[in-house]
Amino acid sequence: MDLTILGAATINGLLIGGIYTLVASGLTLIYGVLHIINFAHGSMLMLAMFGVYYLLTIFGIDPYMSLLIMVPAMYLLGFLLYKLLIGRMAHGKDENILLITLGLSILIENLALMFFKGNTRTISVSYSDMMVEVGPTLVSLPKIISFGAAMALCAALGLFIQHTDTGRAIRAVAKERVGARLVGINVDRIFAISYGMGLATLGAAACLLMPIFYVSPTTGHVFVMVAFTIVVLGGMGSFLGAVVGGLIVGLTESFGGLFLGESLGQIGISLIFILILLFRPSGLFGAKR
Amino acid sequence: MTTDAKLTRRLILQAGAASAALGSPGLLWAQSNSIKIGLIHPVSGGLAYSGGQGRLGCQMAIDAVNAAGGIKSMGGVKLEAALGDSQSRPEIGVAEVERLHQAGVSAYIGCFASAIALAATQAAAKYNTPFLIDVGVSDLIVSRGLKNVFRLAPGFGKCADDAIIALGEVNKAAGSVVKTAVLVHEESEFGTGTAKLLAGKLPSINVQVAEVIKHANPTRDFSNVALRIKGIKPDLVIMSNYQNEYVLLARTLHQQKVELAGMFSVLGGGFNYKLVKEQPQVAQYMMDFNHWFNPRDPKAIELKKKVEATGNLFTFEVYCGWNSVMVYADALERAKSADKDKAIAALESSRWSNHFMPYGETKFVNGQNEGGRAALLQATATDIDVVWPNQFASAKPIFPRPKLG
Repeated sequence: MDLTILGAATINGLLIGGIYTLVASGLTLIYGVLHIINFAHGSMLMLAMFGVYYLLTIFGIDPYMSLLIMVPAMYLLGFLLYKLLIGRMAHGKDENILLITLGLSILIENLALMFFKGNTRTISVSYSDMMVEVGPTLVSLPKIISFGAAMALCAALGLFIQHTDTGRAIRAVAKERVGARLVGINVDRIFAISYGMGLATLGAAACLLMPIFYVSPTTGHVFVMVAFTIVVLGGMGSFLGAVVGGLIVGLTESFGGLFLGESLGQIGISLIFILILLFRPSGLFGAKR
Repeated sequence: MTTDAKLTRRLILQAGAASAALGSPGLLWAQSNSIKIGLIHPVSGGLAYSGGQGRLGCQMAIDAVNAAGGIKSMGGVKLEAALGDSQSRPEIGVAEVERLHQAGVSAYIGCFASAIALAATQAAAKYNTPFLIDVGVSDLIVSRGLKNVFRLAPGFGKCADDAIIALGEVNKAAGSVVKTAVLVHEESEFGTGTAKLLAGKLPSINVQVAEVIKHANPTRDFSNVALRIKGIKPDLVIMSNYQNEYVLLARTLHQQKVELAGMFSVLGGGFNYKLVKEQPQVAQYMMDFNHWFNPRDPKAIELKKKVEATGNLFTFEVYCGWNSVMVYADALERAKSADKDKAIAALESSRWSNHFMPYGETKFVNGQNEGGRAALLQATATDIDVVWPNQFASAKPIFPRPKLG
């Protein structure tokens, strides 16, 4: 195999892994605190991507500028969704939250089909086709930006969780709900904040994804299974795990495509999922429960 | 009290008499004087956009027939749409056939997807109800001996044959610049079947297949595929994918500055006005062999304006639906009846030519219109032109495409 192609495949794998990390970081945050799998993750990403699409096509707002709108908007949506719907209907049971998020995803996808129709939409901005020579290959500038932003976002989330009062409260709730309540932490509010933060990361992911990807009502499915694999691989609730997991999955997909063909190449992701569940169920960086 | 009671009885009698004299015959008149057509399209689910477009074309045609006086040979009887939604699933398509049969439809039109069409036509065959396929390219649809099934548009085999002829002629006119091709296809029956068929036919026009690359659905990144194509250095890339991957692959090849004489597809999933509008630089010079209207026909241009005035795009689903209604309306005119046997006989002998497609006179053989054909299209930065066959062309092909800057 030509070293040039191997080098290019490595770069492509790392960059696409960065995008996966971005999508998985919100999922891992929500799991880490709420201990539930957010089935609405994919549909929320799709919703945010449509938001970015319309901000550009109707108001002319650049996708990267949209970060200033989409991140707080998605945080607010998540916070309110938890406060007004998920929290109220869960009745303290995790399995209820699971069903509510599943129901939400079905509802959102079908509403999107009704309002946006099933067509594929893309955006074109001045830097869409800008390429940067990285070693042997041409790399799309928006992909490099999204990779850098994904790493920065995960680092920022990690620092927030480690060094702020809210972060400490989130960690306390994640570790021991009853104990956290006993020391005066408003657990319900922390749940809502965590859900809001999880969705806010999707707002950021949508802004960084739109210049390089497409959106349709089923776009969420494209990323959500990969995101689940990353969270399981990296360890549920671990940001470092999301980064490492994202990069491993990106590289696996890239090399799988190179050696096994683009059709069979994706089998590597499923293999990782099975192997991790068999030999290290807590993931690479996950705490053993 | 007594007076009130008498008045009430009188009122009831009057109302009953009025109903008998006016109301009931009115209802009977409405039932017997409209011919219901069951429109079975996937207006929800993954194919919702295309299904909605197909339904739009059919409804506009029904309105046009009614506005022009209905079916004149039957005393101006009107057509009526009975709406169905297959939800992009074959089994629901079958259920909708049954439901609309109960509602008394005289014919069905649909189904956009071949898989849905195969199941739904079989269900309609039980009742011998005419079924017009507006879009659905599998040749199996019209090769199972079902007498009730008719398709105006060409099937997949005809499209592939004509696509090769068109590509051969365009290439020859350009000095046979294309000698090698790479085929990139999605992994399901549509992509695999197309790639296999084309790979077998390409040597007949002196184009050798350098490599066939299969990809999964969904594929999130085509960078490595672009890299492989760059390494192979083919003259032509032939794509056979659904909408999402079609757009993503075209965009990646453009970004990676892959030098090609052309990009070509047959029934390309993402080749449409939306691609031209949203990604003009990517779409420009791309070629697709697909269902299209005759751009020289004023009727087509008039309908295009009407559809665009509703805020919709004039996509092939719209005019394939429109033409299916029109060919059925023509059969009803000649049959002078909505009786299923008579309508089927009228469709079998159809010589309808009042369409705006690059077709000849309609002639159904085993349900397939032998006059149906698709056209070679090329995207410009702002529009889509027909570039083959010459008698319908709105522009000359730009082939090979200009070198990238």
